[in-house]
Amino acid sequence: MSHVSSKGLYYTIFISLIILTGVTVAIARVDLGAWNTPIALAVAAVKATLVILFFMGVRNNTPLTKVVAASGFLWLIILFGITMGDYLTRSWLGIPGR
Amino acid sequence: MNHAVNEPRSYLDAPYGVASWLLTKDHKRIALLYLISITVFFLIGALFAAGIRAELMTPEGDLFTADMYNKLFTLHGVVMVFFFLIPSIPATLGNFLVPIMCGAKDLAFPKINLLSWYLYLIGATLTLGAVFMGGVDTGWTFYTPYSSMASNTNVTLAAVGVFIAGFSSILTGFNFVVTIHRMRAPGLTWFRMPLFLWAMYATSLVMILGTPVVAITLLMVGAEAALGFGIFDPRVGGDPVLFQHLFWFYSHPAVYIMILPGMGVISELVAAVSRKQIFGYSFVAYSSLAIAIIGFLVWGHHMFVSSQSIYAGLVFSIITMIVAVPSAVKTFNWTATLYRGSITWESPTYWVIGFIGLFLVGGLTGLFLGAMGLDVHLHDTYFVVAHFHYIMVGGGVMAFLGGVHFWWPKMTGRTYPETLGKISAVLVFVGFNLTFLPQFVVGYLGMPRRYHAYPEEFQILNVVSTGGASVLGIGYLLIIGYLVASMFKPRNATANPWGATGLEWDIPSPPTTFNFEIDPVVTEDAYNYAGRAQKTGDN
Amino acid sequence: MHPAHENHGGHHPMLQHHFFNMGQQLEASILGMWVFLVTEVMFFGGLFMAYLLYRTLYPAAWLAGSHELNEVLGGLNTVVLICSSLTMALAVRAAQVGARMAQIVNIILTMGFGTTFLVVKYYEYAAKFEHHLVPGAHFDPTREPAQQLYFSLYFMMTGIHALHMVVGLGIMAWILYGAWKGHFNAEYFAPVEIAGLYWHFVDIVWIFLFPLLYLIGKHQ
Ligand code: HEM
Ligand SMILES: [Cu+2]
Repeated sequence: MSHVSSKGLYYTIFISLIILTGVTVAIARVDLGAWNTPIALAVAAVKATLVILFFMGVRNNTPLTKVVAASGFLWLIILFGITMGDYLTRSWLGIPGR
Repeated sequence: MNHAVNEPRSYLDAPYGVASWLLTKDHKRIALLYLISITVFFLIGALFAAGIRAELMTPEGDLFTADMYNKLFTLHGVVMVFFFLIPSIPATLGNFLVPIMCGAKDLAFPKINLLSWYLYLIGATLTLGAVFMGGVDTGWTFYTPYSSMASNTNVTLAAVGVFIAGFSSILTGFNFVVTIHRMRAPGLTWFRMPLFLWAMYATSLVMILGTPVVAITLLMVGAEAALGFGIFDPRVGGDPVLFQHLFWFYSHPAVYIMILPGMGVISELVAAVSRKQIFGYSFVAYSSLAIAIIGFLVWGHHMFVSSQSIYAGLVFSIITMIVAVPSAVKTFNWTATLYRGSITWESPTYWVIGFIGLFLVGGLTGLFLGAMGLDVHLHDTYFVVAHFHYIMVGGGVMAFLGGVHFWWPKMTGRTYPETLGKISAVLVFVGFNLTFLPQFVVGYLGMPRRYHAYPEEFQILNVVSTGGASVLGIGYLLIIGYLVASMFKPRNATANPWGATGLEWDIPSPPTTFNFEIDPVVTEDAYNYAGRAQKTGDN
Repeated sequence: MHPAHENHGGHHPMLQHHFFNMGQQLEASILGMWVFLVTEVMFFGGLFMAYLLYRTLYPAAWLAGSHELNEVLGGLNTVVLICSSLTMALAVRAAQVGARMAQIVNIILTMGFGTTFLVVKYYEYAAKFEHHLVPGAHFDPTREPAQQLYFSLYFMMTGIHALHMVVGLGIMAWILYGAWKGHFNAEYFAPVEIAGLYWHFVDIVWIFLFPLLYLIGKHQ
């Protein structure tokens, strides 16, 4: 259980996170049309994953911890997906206000 | 005290003193603290209900003003849902039984368990404070703009109370999940667990995944009412329907927080009163998980006639039909267990039978409401009121009382008069049906909910309903009466009065502080009544 | 008697009575913390849901709102938090190997970064008040009303996040005390570990908040 990672690993992750922050800022300055936000989110997701796997040690943890860590995000997808499913299909009928 | 020094004493006796109770970390004592507090809130909620039923005796709004009536049904709903029913089974029977059924000495986090009780009390006090400051009139659903633009400040106080109580329920669920994962006795595999543990596990998942969303939603409403942050305010482009989405994302799953524990109790009781292994154990176990998960996908059936897209409504309607399947699986399996069981007609049996019947009606009428077209007619009528009372009171409260009757000897070391137990079960069953069956009819005929006056032709049915409510009330008071009275009698309960299986019946009634003198090792499936009969037969 | 009972004398002093051994206790607390973090994810999730909907409905208001935020300060705070996550991870590692001084230094550094973050946040908030960007009666009337939604969410999201930082600093102070007293070592480091999980989670929230609030339409 008490797996000790090397300091070097932590420094590597730290540097990657700083670089990715730079990437986020840089990409925001490029016009990618509708893709700006999804890409920014993707980079954020990569950063979050690095933190979760290495800093929070999920990499060396039990499968149960992995499932628990993932479940919150999965449930957010349910909340976001279904709610937006309502708003985005409202105009399909073509009847104003319906 | 004439106990020998080494003889372990029951959890009720040692340690002694008020402080030892208020600062206890013993899950069993916390369960009793919760039992007392939720009973108080049950009585408060019932008082509001009495007001509602009294007003509805006559078609005119003569007893209370419309405003006052709004406050009555709001407080009834808020108190009953958040301060009675949600904590009822988990925080009392669950707190008491989860560690014991796991074969553990306590929950994983005893201090957090105590904290959850205090949070509950703080939340409840704040909400009651809102009552004394003039009440809340939004309905238990706190819909915006009733709760924001059109609110008085008491809404904020009540919402903060519910917010805090929400954390108490999160902490309970969190404790159960960790306990069930990490503290099971050697040999107690998942598929040897009593079904009550499965149900509590599923309930806890819902508490953990759902409650935070309603908490943040209430916080947003509070920020809107108190600070002028217009998150749901149409004047700045906010959408009140978003509130409904967020609210029901929690509150539909929350109705399963209220019924799943009841299903768990009934599974235990059905096996015990029919002296049989539960029919289709693994189906019943999995159906709890299925309910917890699918229950998160149907919330929009409360919003068919909001401005929700009808395509979304269609999907919600279909998934609503699907979520009824696991509930049906349970009902079939209970009936199949009873079938050809050696049923003993003890008081828990009465509650079991009552539960199955009432839950069935509640579940089936839920399907009516889940049919999108039909719901346009039925939405916000008394039909809905009848539906959820059949499930929450007919199901949830019946199961809670059944569980209390079943485990009372274990929890207190006392027995109650069996005959009174049976009479009260019958009174509650009859009173309940008299109260709520007419509401299906009157709702179908078009009587809307949440008004203090109604057309004259609905009066007869409403009078029947009020009369039934009186019977129901007498039934409940009777129970409180003889259970409290039993506490003043000597401890006379044996370790296993029902001849049931389960770790909790292998230890004394009432248990000692750390539950088990010898750490248990589990070697058989749950409900091994056949094996037990064989063993006694061999002797 | 069962063996688990016999060796009461030999128990680790930090072993609570209802656990069999330190391993079970550690696993329980780590699982517990993760379960708690799931509730935190859902808690923030409600705000992100509102954000998603209103940003979809009012893209122009979001653009205008985002332009009022100071990207440099936001970026600075992002870096500060990442630094604090590194020192936090190193503090946990120091606890695991029982290096007392390293624990103390890293926890103090973490607290320093956390405080820096809050100070920067304070200046950002003050600027918003000055520019009448706080939703409500005093909101700049020349602005499109929907921008109030943006700023409502900005304040709620960053405000609740900052509140978590404050709580985190409190937890760090408590951990620092334990580290000072030399409580933590290879056998018993659960408090540092779970405090770390919490701290990293707060960092992760910011990792998402930064691009979502500060970096909208920077190319325009
Ligand atoms: C068995 C499957 C179930 C189905 C298909 C179902 C369906 C529905 C539907 C469609 C509504 C909305 C009616 C309307 O407002 O027009 C509703 C309302 C409600 N149901 Fe159920 N339900 C089920 C089970 C439950 C359970 C288990 C509970 C509680 C333990 C419950 C409690 C409620 C409550 C409290 C409301 C009304 C909320 C309000 O508007 O105040 N239902 N049900
Ligand atoms: Cu529902």
